[in-house]
Amino acid sequence: MLRLALALCLVAAPLGAETVVADLSQSRISITTDFDGSEILIFGAVRRETPIPADDPLQILITVEGPSEPVTVRRKARRFGIWVNADSVDVDSAPSFYAVATSAPWNEVISDVEDLRHDISTPRAIRSVGATIAGSEDFTEALIRIRTGQDLYQSRIGTIKFEQQTLFSTSVRLPANLHEGDYRARFFLTRKGQVVDMLETAIDVRKVGLERFLFRLSRETPLIYGIMSLAIAIMAGWGASAAFRAFRT
Amino acid sequence: MHIYLPIAEVSVDAFLLLGLGGFVGILSGMFGVGGGFLMTPLLFFIGIPPAVAVATEANQIVASSFSGALAHLKRRTVDLKMGIVLLAGGLVGAALGVQAFNALRAIGQVELLVRLSYVVFLGTIGGLMFVESLKAIRRSRSGRSAQRYRKSQLVNLLPFKMKFRTSGIYISVIPPVAVGLLVGVLAAIMGVGGGFIMVPAMIYVLGMPTKVVVGTSLFQIVFVTGFTTLLHATTNYTVDVVLAVLLLVGGVVGAQVGTRIGARLQAEQLRILLSLIVLAVSGKLALDLLVEPSEIYSLGAGAGH
Repeated sequence: MLRLALALCLVAAPLGAETVVADLSQSRISITTDFDGSEILIFGAVRRETPIPADDPLQILITVEGPSEPVTVRRKARRFGIWVNADSVDVDSAPSFYAVATSAPWNEVISDVEDLRHDISTPRAIRSVGATIAGSEDFTEALIRIRTGQDLYQSRIGTIKFEQQTLFSTSVRLPANLHEGDYRARFFLTRKGQVVDMLETAIDVRKVGLERFLFRLSRETPLIYGIMSLAIAIMAGWGASAAFRAFRT
Repeated sequence: MHIYLPIAEVSVDAFLLLGLGGFVGILSGMFGVGGGFLMTPLLFFIGIPPAVAVATEANQIVASSFSGALAHLKRRTVDLKMGIVLLAGGLVGAALGVQAFNALRAIGQVELLVRLSYVVFLGTIGGLMFVESLKAIRRSRSGRSAQRYRKSQLVNLLPFKMKFRTSGIYISVIPPVAVGLLVGVLAAIMGVGGGFIMVPAMIYVLGMPTKVVVGTSLFQIVFVTGFTTLLHATTNYTVDVVLAVLLLVGGVVGAQVGTRIGARLQAEQLRILLSLIVLAVSGKLALDLLVEPSEIYSLGAGAGH
């Protein structure tokens, strides 16, 4: 990974430009039966041919994001005395996980125009076109609020350690309720709010072992999975009662 | 120890699940009930998605009723003919129930359906049981014997009569099919075996002798919940076998303990206690519907799926 990134830099970087080189402590997350979340260490450096420019300091911005999927956000209202789902907004695409970390307060790191161009901040990462209901921003805000509460959306402003405008490191915690898919990490190097370089690497989040076997079976051959579930449950029930009886006597 | 449930896609403490299974198992052993109607709401309370809770509970009930049904078959306390008639209704009911479940799930109202069903059924059954046990206690104090229930005359007027030798009754097939149908629908949308409806209905509506009632209902429950499990597994992909097995192991051990505790208590006390537990669960569910939730927004899978 690191070597690939380096090679890319050597090819792509014009002379005198600053480029980012980075790596992750793990590029593959395995969801096992005892999966209890995982911490990814992210580190890297800025590569440059010339001395550090004297003007505004360099900043870095890192996102870690899960695969995007459509989400329906529903709002409850009181109907006939009870609270039921009433209005709903279909969000076309929202990442299942989104963490964004920066080396300084948001306004110092990136301009709104650059944010719009690269879809970096959490509201920008959620796409909702053609929402017809009035006040649909409330629904996207609720989406962010709920997922933030579940640790699925994380805003870690100013948490990146950036030394000598060259070496940087941070960590992102992936929670236990993680969904599998192709995740990616994006690195943005900015100065005066303008992106000067970016880099993207993939993180593979996969269910493994028993988890993978059961999940795939349940989706690909659901009937066999259903019959197997019944057989396993009957055997487990019978086994547990037999074991308990043997234990008692 | 946390365990990641492959289908529910949540990480839950395995001991919490074993404990929940054990707790409901103790109650079901004490009171001789299936326990599905307690387990499913408890699963909602700990954060299992309702659709997964209902489908997985159906799977668990198959297993926990299986050994009971076998034991009754061996003792010949199952009215097989009646069981098959009830089952015919049950399979149709389960199919209808899963259809309704899926249709409501698509428009985001399935949770409401499940919760409302629980409030209505648990509230009614719990209330009736509570009043009935209070009356019974008063009767036993005043020394009068309980009245015998007479089968409703209306049932005798219906056509398509059939002879059920094991039960020694001659009645129309319409009431048992209807009872089976209702139980099937409940199994599909509430994740319960339905014994709490079927057993009273068999005694009071069909007039079956008590000794074959439990065996026959278990026989029907095993097949109807088995069918429900397969329907949920093939249409919703919501059966979580890891969750089912953990609940089951706790449940089986709990049930053995519960049976021993139950033997030491009086039947009337037991019934009052059970009715209070049932009322408490339905009260909690009702409260959740009535009180403004702290988060009025919720997320569901998008329309693009």
